[in-house]
Amino acid sequence: MIQFLIKGILRDKSRSLLPVIVVSLGVFLTVFMSGWMKGVFGDMIDMNANYTMGHVKVMSRAYADNEAQIPNDLALLDVSELISRLEADYPDMEWVRRIQFGGLLDVPDANGETRAQGPAAGRAVDLLTPGSKEAERLNIPKSIVKGRLPEQQGEVLISNEFAERFAVNIGDDISVMGSTMYGSMVVPTFKVCGTINFGMAMLDRGAIIMDITDAEQAFDMIDAAGEVLGYCKSNIYDDELALAVRNSFNLKYNDESDEFAPLMVRLRDEPSLKQYLNMADNMSAMMVMIFVIAMSIVLWNTGLLGGLRRYTEYGVRLALGEEKGHIFRTIIYEAIIIGSIGSVVGSALGIATSYYLQENGIDFSSMMENVTMMMPMVYRAKVSPELFYIGFIPGLLAMTLGNALAGYAIYKRKTAQLFKELEV
Amino acid sequence: MVKRIVVDDIIFQDMDNQIIQLEHLTKRFPVGNGFFTALTDINLSFGKGEFAGLVGPSGSGKTTLLNIIGSLDVPSEGKATVLGRSIAELSQKQAANMRNHHIGFIFQTYNLLPVYTVYENVEFALLLQNISAEERRKAVMQALEWVGLTDKEKSKPSMLSGGECQRVAIARSMVKRPKIVLADEPTANLDSKNSHHILQTMQKLNEELGVTFIFSTHDEKVMQYLKRQISLADGKVVADEQVELVSSQ
Ligand SMILES: Nc1ncnc2c1ncn2[C@@H]1O[C@H](COP(=O)(O)OP(=O)(O)OP(=O)(O)O)[C@@H](O)[C@H]1O
Ligand SMILES: [Mg+2]
Repeated sequence: MIQFLIKGILRDKSRSLLPVIVVSLGVFLTVFMSGWMKGVFGDMIDMNANYTMGHVKVMSRAYADNEAQIPNDLALLDVSELISRLEADYPDMEWVRRIQFGGLLDVPDANGETRAQGPAAGRAVDLLTPGSKEAERLNIPKSIVKGRLPEQQGEVLISNEFAERFAVNIGDDISVMGSTMYGSMVVPTFKVCGTINFGMAMLDRGAIIMDITDAEQAFDMIDAAGEVLGYCKSNIYDDELALAVRNSFNLKYNDESDEFAPLMVRLRDEPSLKQYLNMADNMSAMMVMIFVIAMSIVLWNTGLLGGLRRYTEYGVRLALGEEKGHIFRTIIYEAIIIGSIGSVVGSALGIATSYYLQENGIDFSSMMENVTMMMPMVYRAKVSPELFYIGFIPGLLAMTLGNALAGYAIYKRKTAQLFKELEV
Repeated sequence: MVKRIVVDDIIFQDMDNQIIQLEHLTKRFPVGNGFFTALTDINLSFGKGEFAGLVGPSGSGKTTLLNIIGSLDVPSEGKATVLGRSIAELSQKQAANMRNHHIGFIFQTYNLLPVYTVYENVEFALLLQNISAEERRKAVMQALEWVGLTDKEKSKPSMLSGGECQRVAIARSMVKRPKIVLADEPTANLDSKNSHHILQTMQKLNEELGVTFIFSTHDEKVMQYLKRQISLADGKVVADEQVELVSSQ
């Protein structure tokens, strides 16, 4: 009997082709979209983690409350000691200090008079300690347009756009008009050793990047830091580890009564990212559901049409002594066979496409010049094991469900009525 | 010459052995708020080996009656007993089983399954039974031999003429060696030559295998072959006569 059905499926293209195409397409989209979202959300999270948030982040309570303003007057003190304690307590994580600062970039002329000015968005990270991963983490080597990484104190990278606009060359001096940790004005001067373009407006506008020791000295922040970031040693965000570290740290050090007490937040606690992470979790499930429902409806209809077309066949089979229930079951078997074929094809296509886009991302930078959110410019998919079943099962389910619905219409009819419709 | 085939449980030409009894059979169909009475108080019986025809104008209830005999429908009133079983009391499964083993259908429009070969079309009924592939093959080839189509076993219905299609349909109905074959206007789509060929084939099977044939028809050619002619009009039997065979060409 199964053989009989398979022959029918293979020979009758209209019985198999359209449903296979529908299922393949649905499964392909499901698989590809999940791979795509996994990749994009993953990249976005990595990017946020690498540039600003870490996997966990320690700030003073007061700094955390006003984080957007980068209130360096509320920075953490005795940071070396804090870091050695963190390293001892949580050896699974790597700890780094960061200073961010605002102010004005000031380009002096030959006489030391202001030639041009623009707002500064400064970032000080550990660039000079041998073995520091910070430059890589911020993707600085690949983002340098002209010049090179700072190799000694006093050297900085500035935004390529800024440099071009104000004709700042490598080797020129540049000053930052800012304030120290204690509130007094300072105008330290640095030497431009390179220009940089991250490809993200948010990071590029007024960017100035220097070694952490330069910022310490320039802004009177010796052994202080706005933020201490922790990264899982695997470099992949591990929510469980982050949560455990955060809870343990806060239990030990957090003091509600002291606004300078250190407070740890986890990547997922970051309000904007929290939404994305939750969305990433829900989106796949939602999409699979939408596809299953949409595919089921389409397949239900193709099933109904196919069923109508095959009324004669069903009528004859009834007359030949096949039970209605048996006919219904064969409809389901056929659906399973066709659904499996479509699901395999769709999964294969989806995984192949995801793989291709994992290796070769799509560059959206031209479309996102003014996006202020921290988002990757080159979007990549990610092939994960779940792609192998995330589409297959729904595809099979939708086909079976759709045909069960269509078949039921036949099943519930009276034999006589069904047979009656045989008469042309 | 076709060999005489002896089938274990069929007793030849035993006219007294009634295999179909219809008593006060009435069939109504729901139409709108009321009913349409397609058959009214039918009393008929058929014996083994009959070659009988229901004759009457369109809408007189011929198909309705065949469907009830074939356990595809049930009477609204009265009783239909086929092969000793009351049609109204059969379950889905029992009715299907009866059709599968004992009742063959032949339709005006052949109704072969287009994607399957002649062989597969004929074989289908046997797939529903527990029969080995080898025995199925024997039975199918035998049935194709009865209708003279052994050379077309691999053809698709679309490659056959109307007459050949109807012969395949006959083979399909006969392959399980049923006790009753119900043929609803089997010649309506055929030309004269093919009609005679079909009728002779069925006549031969009736004589040699003792299968009961019941036709519905308004075709004069069919009537020539009938040994019994039952006239229906407006759902009532208006005449029931045994016929002297005029000729068998
Ligand atoms: N399922 C049904 N519902 C309503 N009316 C029906 C149904 N089946 C048959 N009828 C009616 O019953 C009457 C008899 O129908 P039937 O098909 O038995 O006629 P027939 O003698 O076979 O006609 P024909 O020679 O055209 O095939 C017709 O008037 C038909 O409209
Ligand atoms: Mg009819």
